[in-house]
Amino acid sequence: MDILTLFVVVPILTVLVLVFAKGLKQVRIISLVGMLVQLGMAINLIFAYLKERAINKDIMVFTQDYTWYESFNIHYAIGVDAISGVLIALTAIVVVAGIFISWKIDDLPKEFFITLIILSAGVFGFFISLDLFTLFVFYEIAVIPMYLLIGIWGSGPKEFSAMKLTLMLMAASALLSVGIFGIYFNSNADGGALTFNILEIAQVNIPVAAQNLFFPFVFIGFAVIGALFPFHTWSPSGHASAPTAVSMLHAGVLMKLGGYGVFRIAMYLLPQGAINWTDFFLVLTTIGVIYGALAAVMQKDLKYINAYASVSHLSLVLFALLMLNKTAWTGAIIQSLSHGLLTALFFALIGMVYGRTHTRDIAKLGGIMKILPFIGSVYVITGLAYLGLPGFSGFVAEMNIFVGAFEHTDTFRRILTIIVVSSIVVTAVYILRMVGKIMMGPLVNEEHAELPKATWYEKVGLVLLMIPVVFIGMMPFGLSEMIKESVTPFLERLI
Amino acid sequence: MNYSYVIAIPLIPLALFLLLGLFSKKIPPSISGWIGSLGLGTSFALSLYTAYHYYIEAKVNGIYQTFVYKQTWLAFSDKLHIDMGVLIDPISVMMLIVVTTISFMVHLYSRGYMKGDDGYTRFFAYLALFSFSMLGLVLATNLFQIYIFWELVGASSFLLIGYYYTKPSAVAAAKKAFIVTRFADLGFLIGILVVSYYSGTFDFSELNNPEGFMISNWASTSFMGLSVFTWGLLLIFMGGAGKSAMLPFHIWLPDAMEGPTPVSALIHAATMVVAGVYLVARLFPAFYFVEDGFALTIVAYVGAISSLFAAIIALTQNDIKRVLAFSTMSQIGYMMLALGVSKYDGHEGLGFMASMFHLFTHAMFKALLFLAAGSVIHAIHSNYLKDMGGLRKYMPVTHITFLIAALSISGVPGFAGFFSKDEILAAAYEHDMLIYISSVAVAGLTALYMFRLYFGIFWGKDTQYEHIPHESPWSMTLPMLFLAVMSVVGGYIHFSEFVSADHIPFEAHLNYSLAAIASGVGILGIIIAYILYKKETNLPDKISNTFGVTYKWAYHKFYFDEIYLFVTKRIIFGLVAAPMAWFDKYVVDATMVSIGNMTVSFSNKIKGLQSGKFQDYAMAFISGGVILAIVIFYLWL
Repeated sequence: MDILTLFVVVPILTVLVLVFAKGLKQVRIISLVGMLVQLGMAINLIFAYLKERAINKDIMVFTQDYTWYESFNIHYAIGVDAISGVLIALTAIVVVAGIFISWKIDDLPKEFFITLIILSAGVFGFFISLDLFTLFVFYEIAVIPMYLLIGIWGSGPKEFSAMKLTLMLMAASALLSVGIFGIYFNSNADGGALTFNILEIAQVNIPVAAQNLFFPFVFIGFAVIGALFPFHTWSPSGHASAPTAVSMLHAGVLMKLGGYGVFRIAMYLLPQGAINWTDFFLVLTTIGVIYGALAAVMQKDLKYINAYASVSHLSLVLFALLMLNKTAWTGAIIQSLSHGLLTALFFALIGMVYGRTHTRDIAKLGGIMKILPFIGSVYVITGLAYLGLPGFSGFVAEMNIFVGAFEHTDTFRRILTIIVVSSIVVTAVYILRMVGKIMMGPLVNEEHAELPKATWYEKVGLVLLMIPVVFIGMMPFGLSEMIKESVTPFLERLI
Repeated sequence: MNYSYVIAIPLIPLALFLLLGLFSKKIPPSISGWIGSLGLGTSFALSLYTAYHYYIEAKVNGIYQTFVYKQTWLAFSDKLHIDMGVLIDPISVMMLIVVTTISFMVHLYSRGYMKGDDGYTRFFAYLALFSFSMLGLVLATNLFQIYIFWELVGASSFLLIGYYYTKPSAVAAAKKAFIVTRFADLGFLIGILVVSYYSGTFDFSELNNPEGFMISNWASTSFMGLSVFTWGLLLIFMGGAGKSAMLPFHIWLPDAMEGPTPVSALIHAATMVVAGVYLVARLFPAFYFVEDGFALTIVAYVGAISSLFAAIIALTQNDIKRVLAFSTMSQIGYMMLALGVSKYDGHEGLGFMASMFHLFTHAMFKALLFLAAGSVIHAIHSNYLKDMGGLRKYMPVTHITFLIAALSISGVPGFAGFFSKDEILAAAYEHDMLIYISSVAVAGLTALYMFRLYFGIFWGKDTQYEHIPHESPWSMTLPMLFLAVMSVVGGYIHFSEFVSADHIPFEAHLNYSLAAIASGVGILGIIIAYILYKKETNLPDKISNTFGVTYKWAYHKFYFDEIYLFVTKRIIFGLVAAPMAWFDKYVVDATMVSIGNMTVSFSNKIKGLQSGKFQDYAMAFISGGVILAIVIFYLWL
């Protein structure tokens, strides 16, 4: 079997074995083994990709194509480039970390891990797909389990949040399906057969009128999950109700599907539409960056702070994509990675604090560092990384985006760029406010003086996420060159 | 000679940071202090070795050569890439000496000062992190590298100010320092983007090259009447002003005194706060040539105003560390104005040399003042003048070293500060009379507030102490004695032989008449302080009462903090962020929810159709069939 299909097969096998597992211990060992295999494969994929890239100059490598449904020309077509490769690695890391963080889950553990792994299978499938229809199917597989995960294992107004999240994402999917069918029915514009294959459609000159019509459908359809203003409101309540591992996976990986889809489908297949619509969406994403950051300053619930921070940071991804140049795009991909890791770290840490203190209200927390030195230190480091301190991944991503955005000399983009750059100050404000309040300062609640220390599995989960953050931050050259190379053919469509 | 080994000077502290940081629980305090000191001692020795070789051997045809060793770290586009590396030229070597000397002394001193503290090892880890970042900043080869280390020193400053993290005031001060400087760094970053976009490079050698694109083509692009490069440089200077606590970004510095005193000596007196001066000096040719030095004039005035402003405030403060903080701000203003009035070549470049000279001597005597103040605070556990007095009897070494530093900063002939300050005043005199007069006034005020402090701590009233204060241990007094020696002999270095704007040594002579005026004013300041503060009298209160409002304003630091607080709390949070959060909850989210609710209520309205009664369905079926039949009938006919 080819090395990409295994990314879907391994989770499915893991789930099949899990069905027969008994008790928490067996369940988590099986899940962990399955996902560690997945992580190993992801790391192997990066190296295999580098080796393959040296000899193979195709846009996508390791491509496979099997007909799935003949009459509509639907294929199971797969392939990766550096961008999907690194996002697969990100997913694998976050899933493994999520399993460590959920080590002691007591409520229906088997069902929890099964749902979680099915979700991850959808994500992996999404990243390897080169066929619009297949990709859409995997997308839905990734989104729907979220309803169960929040609705069953969540907290607070979990049914409402789960419903709101699922319905808003479904509405977006509806738009997306209109867009995808719009592309499909125009894929014969040059006289060929109708096709869902992304690489084939990219050779077709879809009429500009159709591009202009369908671009916003596809863009918004994907961007809703990427927290585009004003469609971001599912995110704070959804995250607040979700259990820790689900928040990690959702903010860390699922929200990245948005930017990826925009890049791979909306902009690649509808380049003229992209060019004509950028100004409008640039304004929305700029608002998102600043608005999310300012809203985060005013929040009182830790998860809400992180959710709005994610709105800000992911709007930055979309903003960078809309800048339509190599440097900014490289930044967008690195930002996806970096935000995925950092937000997963934050949700994991918030989960640890919440699990011990049973509150996420920053007014009721304070001085935790003294009691929980490991968690406190990682919290501070994560905060510093999140606000773009050099030496961590966020800085590399942001600088690529800013330098790229600055390549445009028109006043409109200059002004937006400067607004977006100034968000780094607001980010510092909400991060330091949060860190300063809950970790530092005097102990607010005397009952918190005896909190249990971080366990080994929590430490492993955190360190696992922290390693790539530091690695990217210290040695960004290889990664950015690799991404830049993969971005180039996509950019050529737009010039 | 190959200077690539210089990379080890910052890497040693980095290794120390990783070692002490990762194993802070495992390494006992008894060794961690020694490990830190030993490491920094090595860096110090390497810096001396480098300086010795560089200043002796690196001249070709009487010009100091620049050596660059670098490697690409991140590439943005074909032209723009961030390099990491080391740049060896007269000012970076000079800064290496300053940073490693002070850092080494502070490490030694902290072994005594921090003894018995819970986070002893963590403290040394942070100090090492700071030293690494500061050395990286000093050695930076390009704008982006300096920005990277600039942010890192900011973060280490945050960690060190907030070192006593259970103390709310320390946490608040740490946050304030970080956010205020980050706001200034926003300008720095945009400035880098502007300059690099139009010049196509981050590299200092390119930017400063008189034949390079920026200096020869500054007039080619303009924005609102000024060259874009001038805007870029002004924005970069904004970053410098933030770090160096120049107006109006100075508000974080006094609060930063919440950190442990050795930190104040290292970061907030001698090294990090002069980064802004170093930045301007680093880009000096660009500042000087672009738009005929327009940006440089701004630098001069910001420096001069900050220097006077801070000296006035320093007179009224009662916390000894805050007096020293404002004094630092005032002295950095001196350095800035000296750069600002400087020209480029030969003796005309006196201001540049004077600024670097003063940076050097100031690092020595100001670090000493802080360490001595720390020794006092260590002994009596208070920062306030009111709790002090008559300490000369109990702490002779601290007393003498403090006195030497105070004489040095006051510009008394024979001490280091006298020489460097004289060069600054001479440069100001040649260039701008207004700045010169204000600088002379600052010289007098400096002597006055410094001796107010000196007499207040060591003479004045005979305070009765609960515990009789002791002289600090040797680990603390030895570094102080070393710095005291430097505060005297530092002035006898012929700086113009080593440091100049165009890398060509020149002869700088004392201007005796100007020196006489300056030291006269300084001594006058000391005499006034002697009359007012030698013995406790009610004279100072009377004077402050006569000044009334002015005194009150100065005492409240001209209400800068209140203005900032108003702008951030009331305007940005109150009028922007809070309404935005409200809008998000009650407009954006509510719209989405009500769309959902509308769907529900709509389906509630039509759900009666699914009544479950067979008759209803039959009725609907039949009427549907009839309508369909009619439609088909009409369409076909």
